[in-house]
Amino acid sequence: MILIIFFGIITVAVVLALIRALKGPTSPDRVVGVDIMVTITTAFMVLLALFFKRRIYLDVSLIYAVLSFIGVIAIARYLDRGL
Amino acid sequence: MNQIIGYLITGVGVAFLFLGALGVFRLPDVYNRLQAGTKCTTLGAFLSIIGVGIIEPAWFFKCLVIAVFILFTNPISAHALARASYKSGVKLWDKSVVDKCKEFEECTKVDPVREPFSNGVEGKK
Amino acid sequence: MKSGKVSRYIVTLIFLFILWVLLTTTLAWEELTTGFIFSAIIAIFGYNYFTKRGLSGITLKGIFYFLLYIPVFFWEMIKANFDVAYRVVHPKMPIKPGIVQIKTTLKSDIAKLILGNSITLTPGTLTIEIAEDNLLIHWINVKTKDIHGATDIIGKRFEKYLKVIFK
Repeated sequence: MILIIFFGIITVAVVLALIRALKGPTSPDRVVGVDIMVTITTAFMVLLALFFKRRIYLDVSLIYAVLSFIGVIAIARYLDRGL
Repeated sequence: MNQIIGYLITGVGVAFLFLGALGVFRLPDVYNRLQAGTKCTTLGAFLSIIGVGIIEPAWFFKCLVIAVFILFTNPISAHALARASYKSGVKLWDKSVVDKCKEFEECTKVDPVREPFSNGVEGKK
Repeated sequence: MKSGKVSRYIVTLIFLFILWVLLTTTLAWEELTTGFIFSAIIAIFGYNYFTKRGLSGITLKGIFYFLLYIPVFFWEMIKANFDVAYRVVHPKMPIKPGIVQIKTTLKSDIAKLILGNSITLTPGTLTIEIAEDNLLIHWINVKTKDIHGATDIIGKRFEKYLKVIFK
């Protein structure tokens, strides 16, 4: 039951970050919005693992964290010198 | 007993996740947004993942690996983004009081071999 | 400060093996053997990039200060979060941002990396650039524009531990 409330709060947080990613005004702002959204989603997947009692979701969350890190580093490199 | 502690820690973490997203939504420029974004979401994700580890003791070590990974990589990606947005010419907020970065050429110079073909600011040039 | 190949190889091997055990979270001997073999193979290719210090820099005092550093860091991080949360929730947003410069006496790259990361996660500060021994820091609530004053407020509390750990 209490997990459902947590899911609600996290959904609002993701929507706020998504609005920032859509509004801009500059490209780094959008990247920040997406980065925050991904970090929140990583925590969300761990909570989902608890909700469904499926251990495999933890692996998904770990891989998601690794990929988001690599993605953000690549985008930062693109922004400062063009890949 | 450890159920209660675990849910409490997870709840605090979720609250910080929400505050981080609110900060990203409200604050005025990209550097301030990064401040709120990294600090609150790092601690929020760390606490909620550790909380899940406490609720299910069999998962604790795996949760610890994920949490420590986030703790190490989030500041690095925030730093990379801040540096990239300074180099690509995003201005500080109008009411900022001081900008020491202008005095250092490390902050402003770009790689001479590969010219940037897009500056981060949309609509400039 | 480059130490011998063997000690660097052993550090890499131990790190990879511990990571394997944490990820699989089992102590069955098949898993441990497979993990050890793969760690040994990956360490051959990776040790050159993974560490420069090897076992040589590790002292008992350094480990003690590292254990002391963890609670200090977490306390600062929790304070930082309440500080930022207050500024975000407050309807007028009492922020006064700016970029200040501080000096560090740390020499090695890894020490500077940990200092930069710690600064990023603590009250209202975000490392933007490291140039030699100057750190440029975005501060959400600038208290002083002076280099020495800012160094005292931002850098000092971590530097005294990191100086002992990575000397």
